[in-house]
Amino acid sequence: MIKLLYFAHLREALGTSGEKIELPVGVTDVTTLRSHLALRGEAWSVLTQSQSLRAAVNQRMVGTEALIADGDEIAFFPPVTGG
Amino acid sequence: MSVSVQREAFDVGSEIAALTSGVHDIGAVASFVGLVRDMHGGTNVSAMTLEHYPGMTESALEEIVAEARKRWEIMAVRLIHRFGRLDPGDAIVLVIVAGAHRGEAFAACEFIMDYLKTRAPFWKKEETTEGDRWVEARQDDETAASRWTARRS
Repeated sequence: MIKLLYFAHLREALGTSGEKIELPVGVTDVTTLRSHLALRGEAWSVLTQSQSLRAAVNQRMVGTEALIADGDEIAFFPPVTGG
Repeated sequence: MSVSVQREAFDVGSEIAALTSGVHDIGAVASFVGLVRDMHGGTNVSAMTLEHYPGMTESALEEIVAEARKRWEIMAVRLIHRFGRLDPGDAIVLVIVAGAHRGEAFAACEFIMDYLKTRAPFWKKEETTEGDRWVEARQDDETAASRWTARRS
């Protein structure tokens, strides 16, 4: 299983703050996970279409090439705006 | 505890006092307080809600403080960032840096804010007269954070 989390504008657009799913076959990194999720339909296409979307794996900000393994927590979110 | 992520308001004076009490080799304390404005991009803002990523937020902030401690000879740091719904005039974030001299304290304080702006997982949603809207990240913040990268040894 992997844990997925969505924040801010993305959470609202997808209508969910997170879920647990089986690690899909063929998903090895952030890019392939984004492509897999984008297949779910209209609202999810943002995962491949948005240039600005950020990702974190196990609570660390990562690039699109970051590897994903079973048991990981992966979060997707817009650029941060704190402070 | 040098880093806190909390709903509650904070008191700058008592936080500085807590950081410096009984420590007499501190010669400089620099602090920064970020506040909610009632105006953004020409639109009135009546309130703001800060969302964050519990767990990652704390570790991201701790990492930024650790990085500041590596770069400058500073003695103590206090960092508080609030989340939840805030009104104009409310404080959002507090950074206090104590050191022997002002140079390190000023620089580390600015560095922590610049890194926090681009690396800590917070998102602001404003309530405005034209409806609710998520605040867009500013390129200026990326630029401000990147100027510290050149100094990395």
